[in-house]
Amino acid sequence: MASVFENTNWMLAPILVPLAAATVAFLLMGIRGEARRNAQNAVGLAAALGVALSALALWAMVSGGGPVRYELGGWEAPLGINLYADGLSVFMLITTAIVGGAGSVYALGYFSGREGEDARRREDLQDETGSFWPLWMFLWASMNGMFLAADAFNLYITLEILGLSAAALITLGGTRMAFSAGMRYLMVSLLGSLAYLLGVALLYGSFGALDLATLGEAASPIPPVWAALALISLGMALKTGLFPLHFWMPAAYTSAPSAASAILAGLVGKASFYLLLRVWFDVFGGSAPPEYAGQIPGVLGAVAIVWGAVMAMRQTRIKTLLAYSSVSQMGYLFLLFALVSGAAPERSFEAWGGGVYLVLAHACAKAAMFMAAGVVIYSVGHDEIPRLRGIFQKLPISVATFAVGGITMMGLPTSGGFTAKYLLFTASVGTGQWWYGLVVLAGSILAALYLLRFLNPALIQVPTAKVYRDAPQIMSGTAFVLAIFSVFLGLMSAPLFELLSVGAPFPSGTMGGS
Amino acid sequence: MYLLSGVAVFAVCAYALVVHAHLIRKVIAINMMGSGVFVLLTAIARRGDETDPVPHAMVLTGIVVAVSATAFALAVVRKLHEATGHAYLPEEGEDAPPDGGGG
Repeated sequence: MASVFENTNWMLAPILVPLAAATVAFLLMGIRGEARRNAQNAVGLAAALGVALSALALWAMVSGGGPVRYELGGWEAPLGINLYADGLSVFMLITTAIVGGAGSVYALGYFSGREGEDARRREDLQDETGSFWPLWMFLWASMNGMFLAADAFNLYITLEILGLSAAALITLGGTRMAFSAGMRYLMVSLLGSLAYLLGVALLYGSFGALDLATLGEAASPIPPVWAALALISLGMALKTGLFPLHFWMPAAYTSAPSAASAILAGLVGKASFYLLLRVWFDVFGGSAPPEYAGQIPGVLGAVAIVWGAVMAMRQTRIKTLLAYSSVSQMGYLFLLFALVSGAAPERSFEAWGGGVYLVLAHACAKAAMFMAAGVVIYSVGHDEIPRLRGIFQKLPISVATFAVGGITMMGLPTSGGFTAKYLLFTASVGTGQWWYGLVVLAGSILAALYLLRFLNPALIQVPTAKVYRDAPQIMSGTAFVLAIFSVFLGLMSAPLFELLSVGAPFPSGTMGGS
Repeated sequence: MYLLSGVAVFAVCAYALVVHAHLIRKVIAINMMGSGVFVLLTAIARRGDETDPVPHAMVLTGIVVAVSATAFALAVVRKLHEATGHAYLPEEGEDAPPDGGGG
């Protein structure tokens, strides 16, 4: 088997498999009724399996032989399209494989409603044309393409496909609110991509190269480079939802169907964050952005942590609470830019690794929690917290999913969130920027507070709202398994950090798996 | 010259995108922002002694992306118009309809 994994053609699989599945699922939209649903489900699951297998194969390949480069059709850069996989790429692929796989399984149950049933059961009647699978598969292909792209322009292409398919997923609900949220997201997304493209154009104008590695070597601190860095950072911060550019996020995550919210909140925001990581450290890392440049995203991230958490506490619907919680958790990711540019370079890998690890931990936990919210809406018909008192008696697994996912949000030990936030905390103390450490701790306490806003009324023993039908077991089960997985991520960090250190922009030094 | 006009078009349209509330105007603004970038790229291609084909390829691909993005944006605007009777985004705070939204 070892020889099979040597074959670099594996690198195409994470992109081609969902892309092919998207096309097939799209063609299947022509069939009516039950047959279409079954066929699309089969195609989607096959693709999820294929992505998972190819991600594992790439993991084996990268951790065995270091970063891999693949020339599409044998054309060399700068004319041909190259793919490049290092530890970070494979780590992100594994994240999409886990969360996307769970999302696919969840969608089986989520969209299983029969047409013409009770009109109040809005949640599952939102995909009468079967558009979910093709859109989600295109989205998945674009994310995987982004994680493997080796040049700045292909990153732009994948970014645009990502934005378009994500906006379409938001509008899937078909309500007034869904269309306006989708439209707003589309504007934000196009604006972000164009800012990125302008940045890329400036880079190409300065250095005549698009390949990330070539750019990294050529980049020197000249004014157009700073403009490019600023434009790209602005565009990506907009798409990731960094405070104060998060205004589109709550409406978008709330009005999308829950299966799509889970994917959007879990993965889509992370993809633009990945792009930012690539550009900052692979392209501009060599030309060393000044120390204070990293403080801008760092400070905004710190504000986002607190502000998002405070806003989350004020929400009365589960999905808006979760969306503001995402604003807060996204803030953590941006702390790493400040911590990496700090005074102690030996701490850089800790900060960088902690941030990247939080991407995985948060993706699992937040996706699980949105799925659980979907189960609540499916069963009760709404997600308004004041009307959900005592809901634990009726939907124990979903409430438990919340509690378990909350462990990662709060960063309690053994969870992936603990590992990540511990690393961010030690890095902030180690680089002498203790105030960021305080924000990390405060964010955890605030997370506990806003999660209790839902858990407290949910757990009390009072006569509760009527559950007018049971959600398919597969929905609550998938959410619960994913939440449990996020809690055990802290114990599985050693091999993942080993993977991350392959081709990392910083030496991993003496840091063990913690 | 082209370089500067490209950046100028981009900046003016970014401004237009923010100030105009009507969605069709917003879509046109975004479209023209893209054109600003394309002008900039073609200008970059002409700078050397011989024309550089790579930015041209980027512009062609970019046009394809812009066309599909515009088509999709217009489709959403139409749906929004059908649903609400006007082509404006609701202001912050008006988002939540009394029936609890799409969930």
